[in-house]
Amino acid sequence: MAENLLELSGVHTHIAQYHILQGVEFAVPRGELTMLLGRNGAGKTTTLRTILGLWRASAGTIRFESADITQRETPDIANLGIAYVPESMGIFAGLTVQENLVLAARNGAPAGERLERIFRFFPPIKTFWHLPAGLLSGGQKQMLAISRAIVEPRKLILIDEPTKGLAPAIINNLIEAFAELKQTDTTILMVEQNFHAARSLGDSVAVMDSGRIVHTGRMAELAANEALQTKLLGLSLETHQ
Amino acid sequence: MKPIEGQRLDWAPLALLAAVGVAALALIGSPSTWVTLTIAGLAMGLLIFIMASGLTLVFGLMDVMNFAHGLFIAIGAYLAVSTLRLFSAAAGADSFLANLAAVMPAMLAAMLVAGLLGWFFERVIIRPVYGQHLKQILITTGGMIVAEQLIHVFWGPDLQPLARPASLRGAFIIGDMAIEKYRLIAVAIGLVVFAGMMLLLNRTKIGLLIRAGVENKEMVEAMGYRIRRLFVGVFVAGSALAGLGGALWGMYQESVTVHIGANMMVLMFIVIIIGGLGSIGGCFAGALLVGLVANYVGYLAPKVALGSNILLMVLVLLWRPQGLYPVSKT
Repeated sequence: MAENLLELSGVHTHIAQYHILQGVEFAVPRGELTMLLGRNGAGKTTTLRTILGLWRASAGTIRFESADITQRETPDIANLGIAYVPESMGIFAGLTVQENLVLAARNGAPAGERLERIFRFFPPIKTFWHLPAGLLSGGQKQMLAISRAIVEPRKLILIDEPTKGLAPAIINNLIEAFAELKQTDTTILMVEQNFHAARSLGDSVAVMDSGRIVHTGRMAELAANEALQTKLLGLSLETHQ
Repeated sequence: MKPIEGQRLDWAPLALLAAVGVAALALIGSPSTWVTLTIAGLAMGLLIFIMASGLTLVFGLMDVMNFAHGLFIAIGAYLAVSTLRLFSAAAGADSFLANLAAVMPAMLAAMLVAGLLGWFFERVIIRPVYGQHLKQILITTGGMIVAEQLIHVFWGPDLQPLARPASLRGAFIIGDMAIEKYRLIAVAIGLVVFAGMMLLLNRTKIGLLIRAGVENKEMVEAMGYRIRRLFVGVFVAGSALAGLGGALWGMYQESVTVHIGANMMVLMFIVIIIGGLGSIGGCFAGALLVGLVANYVGYLAPKVALGSNILLMVLVLLWRPQGLYPVSKT
């Protein structure tokens, strides 16, 4: 069993008067891709944002490499080696593709093997290198958002619904890229509604409902257990393909 | 970094500027009068740009409505009064270099003190009210009132004359055209400031961070950058530029009152709204448009001059509701 890179213990998050996370408990093993699943409104995005400090946990503990990061500022947390790809992708539309990657590369201009790998994963990044990112298509913007996250070595990448709203061909392209990324020992925590992608990529899984974790385990076990899928998610994975 | 290929300049706002100029020429009839008014409009526009550029970045980057921005303009103007008095011998000399030796310290003092005041203002007044627009309006307006009273304490309530040094007075006479020297200098300084800002924003990493922060500050923080430090830097630089603008505007008017900054606030808000909140290019185009329209309308129809810029804002927003060069917010 791999050691845990990230651990959440009894995490509560309030947004205004709403109590969104209600004691979230799960761990992300180092070197694995952990899927965070759940119905809409279960608290998946809030969990990612709370880990990164974009929303402050009101109770509980978040540990990264055993260090308590619960009350740290977002830039400090990011500088521990955590990258974030939000659901909205968060690209800077007025900046070029190149400028987006220059900002993401904290330790110097993007270059070398990593940049070549990005170009190999996502050829449009090279094609539109000098184009304002706002002019890219939805799929290309997602490629850019993911490229920013992997332009430098990261210990953990938080990704929120990378396949949302994308065409099947682009989703397959992303799945291939993530599959190759997994070979590099990068730890990933991914929120995903596309269960084909979730089943293809996930090593471990945590399922959320109403602000709590209601199941943790191996993705393969959940994928093989239709009754459990129906119980936890309302529908089976097959139905969602 | 290589130039941005494929990124096309939106020419429509610049074409609008040209169209306003051509229409004014047709209505005015006299080319020499038109040139004089155009130079005056460009000078006024570029001085407004210097004063308003910090305001638009502060709003774009941190969503802060700073109704006290005029304070830095007033401080800059009063610092120019005091510094030129201090260097009165050089200012009154009949030599361009001697005059420059008086004007440069005045501009530097205006920028330095306004910048320091901006740093203090951000820490004490702005920081407690981040994200609270109503409180920002109230507390910055209150800060402006307090500061104006402090100016009364230091400089007195009376109008302060601010005579330009000898070599900045007068006009170049070309044919039947009279072009004021100081307006040309104001145009030159405004263009240098604009070019410097464009270089900073487009060719440096700090500039990239500012542009990215204006679009999506949360994402900039999620990448590991401390946007708060960046904001303090922008606030201080914007305050210093307002101070410089105040010194230049005071010399333009040749007198200073405590309301010199407050009087510019309406024009500055019109400029940054017309330009697109947070956009330096938009602020530049908007300021030129406001300066030109104010001068042309002031000549052609003095009775409507007062409301011409409000009408201009309405027309521009009907055409482009997000401003001439809107900033993408993601």
